[in-house]
Amino acid sequence: MLDRLKEICTLDGTSGDESAVREYIMNNITADEVSVDQLGNLIVFKKGRKSPKNKIMLAAHMDEVGFMVTDVTADGFFRFGAVGGVDPRVVLGRAVRFKNGTLGVIGTKATHQQSADERKKAPDFDNMYIDIGASSAEMAEKLVSRGDTACFDTEFFSFGDGFVKGKAIDDRAGCLIMMDMINSELPYDMWFVFTVQEEVGTRGAKAAAFTVAPDIALVLETTTACDFSGVGGDKRVCQLGKGAVVSYMDRSTIYDRELYKLAFDTAEKLGVPAQTKTLVAGGNDSGAIHVSNGGIRTCALSVPCRYLHSPSCVIKMSDFEATKALAAAMAEACAEL
Amino acid sequence: MDIKQTLRSLTEQIGVSGDEFSASCAALELLREYAPDAEIDAFGNVTALIKCGRPNAKTLMFDAHIDRIGMIVTYIDDSGFIKAGACGGLDMRTMLAQTVVVHGKKDVYGVISTLPPHVSSDHSKVPEVGELCIDIGMNKEDAEKLVSLGDRITVNSQFRELCGSLVSAPAVDDRSGVCAILAALDMLKEKPIAYDLAVCFTAQEETGERGAKQVAARIEADEAIIVDVSFGTTPDSAAHETAQLGSGAMVGVSAVLDRGMTERLKALADSNGIPFTVEVMPSSTGTNADAISVSRGGVKCCTLSIPIRYMHTPIETVDIRDIEAVAKLICSYAGGEADA
Repeated sequence: MLDRLKEICTLDGTSGDESAVREYIMNNITADEVSVDQLGNLIVFKKGRKSPKNKIMLAAHMDEVGFMVTDVTADGFFRFGAVGGVDPRVVLGRAVRFKNGTLGVIGTKATHQQSADERKKAPDFDNMYIDIGASSAEMAEKLVSRGDTACFDTEFFSFGDGFVKGKAIDDRAGCLIMMDMINSELPYDMWFVFTVQEEVGTRGAKAAAFTVAPDIALVLETTTACDFSGVGGDKRVCQLGKGAVVSYMDRSTIYDRELYKLAFDTAEKLGVPAQTKTLVAGGNDSGAIHVSNGGIRTCALSVPCRYLHSPSCVIKMSDFEATKALAAAMAEACAEL
Repeated sequence: MDIKQTLRSLTEQIGVSGDEFSASCAALELLREYAPDAEIDAFGNVTALIKCGRPNAKTLMFDAHIDRIGMIVTYIDDSGFIKAGACGGLDMRTMLAQTVVVHGKKDVYGVISTLPPHVSSDHSKVPEVGELCIDIGMNKEDAEKLVSLGDRITVNSQFRELCGSLVSAPAVDDRSGVCAILAALDMLKEKPIAYDLAVCFTAQEETGERGAKQVAARIEADEAIIVDVSFGTTPDSAAHETAQLGSGAMVGVSAVLDRGMTERLKALADSNGIPFTVEVMPSSTGTNADAISVSRGGVKCCTLSIPIRYMHTPIETVDIRDIEAVAKLICSYAGGEADA
């Protein structure tokens, strides 16, 4: 499982540029119907042993936050903007990778040369540059063009007591859970959508939900956990090691109350740990899905994740396994509801 | 000698200030090819003497520092998170969400905690080093089995080849200086040498030029060339305070440096077609030259700097051609007539 998570997280798929992830998924699933819609969403149908009472759709997004080149300076540095919500402080001092393999680094003048005020204030994206080592605009543009996307060039590793660290765990973890479901024997017919452009406004999910038009949607995600030292009480949001996260409300969705309760009941029956969030924060594809097609009952199941939208997303594998088990059981329970 | 490969092998060693031995051992092994008697002292300084065979030869010292910046474990809290202090001048603007290695009983991987944008709004606040919280994914009891107070921590970065002859890696400051001196010794193998050479790769420069003070007190040098990194031009830096990468060696001029050495280095660069720029540092150099020049009864010093971008971050970036230019200039200086 760890090897496959590493494989899928290492693929680069900035929002709007998800093809590498989509191809990987298509090459590693066996389903009854597989199609790619006009936006690039991957829509998969898999027959189960029985027809469900309710049409079930599971969703996870393929895209990740990253960067897009906006301009090149005369001396060969690239200006860039963030694709999705990225804290500029987790970008400075990092390396990035373009799709053709070109590597770049992002820095500023040395700390020794910064004024006391400059040292205390992190620069924003307007004051950072990607440096690929070119010495002129001409040399730089031979390798990278305006509009090209880049992702964090960072390592994936496991550490500590069952933790893993990598980029894009948000939401390749959800994608991997769906891939495993598709490749298993299902109790009921089910639809799976691997969506595009979640990080820039849950855009792919709007189209996918319209096309599939399910009765019930299950969104598989990663969600903000701030359970580290210096953060207390409700601000910790949820905790690693405490199992799957079931949401009652976030900034994009007030979740279906019956499904929320069903998720906890199902987790209890299954004997897998589940928790909820202690803060109304974040949002996901549910926001687009639950208001589409005249309304779709929606439930979000998430793997708690520290340091989201950074090169160092951290999850605990036991939470991933709990979320995976709960997703399969909830899909079955919703089919029968 | 393949400069890029040598630099890579040197930057892959850890060697944070005060705990240089792994890096010192790697440098010692490389140095022994040119100086079989090279040794490491109790402090982690690597030294070697290469005699030129001439009677009454002057001693010329080459210095580059072997240590690199990093952090040091100061506390393990009740939840197993680690607090750290700085070894050297960290660029705190680059620290959040970095992956780190705690060099404990074994290498322990971790991440520097940060609030995600979903729950934070101030994205310009720069934390103090004492505010950093290092997540190694284990409870206090397990953490204490592997990590002790005083263990060093480094940001886990790697050697990357950029386009042209640029590379980006941690510890380019000052392993590229070590690399330049080794490359110069390699070039000198076939050439006559005018001086007895004292080669020094010194410890604890980043925390106050401490290794250089010890070594310079022991070695009776007449002259010293201090090879360190300096500021390369970035889009946000002032052109007059930096040098372009690829522009060659930076020859130092300063109140604390010997003007005769500066002039001779410039003349040698000119006559040998070695690219160089002049680095003016009015009062002092911020390198080991400041300490070495006033050791014992005084040592004539000059700096040769290698321009790098993003100094004191995990992505220090250097042009291999500049290391080569410094090596050639050192070689010209050592091979020429000793200053009378």
